[in-house]
Amino acid sequence: MSEVEALIGKPWRKPPFIKRPWLRWTFILGFIVYLIAAYITIDVNWYRVYEGLERGKKFVLAFTNPDFTTRSSDIYEGMAESIIMTIAASVVGIAISIPIALGAARNIAPLPVYLICRSVIAVSRALQEIIVAILLVAIFGFGPLAGFLTLSFATIGFLSKLLAEDIESMDKVQAEAIKASGAKWTQWINYGVQPQVMPRLIGLSIYRIDINFRESAILGLVGAGGIGATLNTAFDRYEYDTAAAILLIIIVIVMALEYLSGVIRARVQ
Amino acid sequence: MLRLEKLVKTYKTGDQALKAVELEVPAGQVLALIGPSGAGKSTLIRCINQLVEPTSGKIYLGDLELTGLSSGNLRRERRRMGMIFQEYALIERLSVMENVLSGRLGYVGFWRSFLRRFPQSDVDEAFRLLDRVGLAHMADKRADELSGGQRQRVGICRALIQNPALLLVDEPTASLDPKTSRQIMRLICELCKERDLAAIINIHDVALAQMFVQRVIGLRLGAVEFDGPPEGLTPEVLTTIYGEEDWEATIETVNEDEIEEALK
Repeated sequence: MSEVEALIGKPWRKPPFIKRPWLRWTFILGFIVYLIAAYITIDVNWYRVYEGLERGKKFVLAFTNPDFTTRSSDIYEGMAESIIMTIAASVVGIAISIPIALGAARNIAPLPVYLICRSVIAVSRALQEIIVAILLVAIFGFGPLAGFLTLSFATIGFLSKLLAEDIESMDKVQAEAIKASGAKWTQWINYGVQPQVMPRLIGLSIYRIDINFRESAILGLVGAGGIGATLNTAFDRYEYDTAAAILLIIIVIVMALEYLSGVIRARVQ
Repeated sequence: MLRLEKLVKTYKTGDQALKAVELEVPAGQVLALIGPSGAGKSTLIRCINQLVEPTSGKIYLGDLELTGLSSGNLRRERRRMGMIFQEYALIERLSVMENVLSGRLGYVGFWRSFLRRFPQSDVDEAFRLLDRVGLAHMADKRADELSGGQRQRVGICRALIQNPALLLVDEPTASLDPKTSRQIMRLICELCKERDLAAIINIHDVALAQMFVQRVIGLRLGAVEFDGPPEGLTPEVLTTIYGEEDWEATIETVNEDEIEEALK
């Protein structure tokens, strides 16, 4: 009783995240000092910025007057290449990702398989798309083949990792029930695991198609084909109006994909 | 029909869930396994069909010893043990029919099951079972559209379509209301009688167990403390199983007809 008496009438506050006051204040002061120091090291050439603004203005103005017609056949070809590259890379990438995801889920794969699959994922994630693309362009030459391979490779790292995590967090008992019926391993995956992770797999796949399309616009800059190559050429020729047209098309397609993925994900629950 | 010899399960954490459990279940006997949480009831059931691997001891189903079977043989033996789960453990995103037919997975090949082309006899039997539990009209509904009691009935169909000799039942009524609990328990016991099945039923509700089973096993800290008819559960016995508490209200003899009356 008396313990409660002592607490009554006193204000209550959430205990601080870091208990020791001196440590807490060291962190806070350290952070402020860091901010100031970081700000001082920023070195901006304001004269250069002033000059650059003019170029930026031209670029932005081009958006008010995009030119879809002059290079229309180039744009069409680049776009078609990008879309084919995106779809092919997504299909191949996802097909390879699924078995790797199964292997990378600790709750269904034995340790050696798990380690191998996790290393494949780690390698795929560690190598940035542009770096892979430069390497593959060096091997296979300029063109969409290098881009297709790059995107397939990048898809594996992304999809396998996230799908494996979903498999690891699935409801164990549902899978157990299938095992208890005397099902084979393949049947166990098909009945016990697949239905549980299907919504996530579909959602991730659509999201990855979206990413692959955006990446395909970048990969052209290093010679891996697609709309990026067309875009790069337009910049090189200072044809900002054509570049603007290409960027607008990319924006529209990405928005359409975004909308589509929203619709599909709402459907598969 | 089922015989456990010195069954021991020690988990990696060092917890001894089962301490040399000896148990014999004759064919067609329905027994309830009671005991406090953590007494090892779930572990015991899962050791029998090897979802949990026992540390030592032997399990005989008929004449066959189950521990140390190859994975192919183990799968074949699992078909003879139907399991019913707490929280139903249906595959929520599959239809009722797919859930029931998943009980046949041990009998059909991968491609047949993958394409959902089960033999006609399996489909017929699935409809017969669903009709028996009053759910034939629900066959193409998704499992997560069903209520708790309906889901558990689908779970029962899934276990029975395996054509098992033994049912392993893990807390079948834990998440159901009192009326549905009784209906589910009655259904399980009736079906066991119809098909001459033995069953081990894990259950928390002592009164419910007394109402339906012929034999009760009390488990405490992984050891059998009581083995006898339901009338043998005196306050003293319940105290040795669960610890000190006022037991008079729990073991009041329940007249089944009275309950029927009250439920109407």
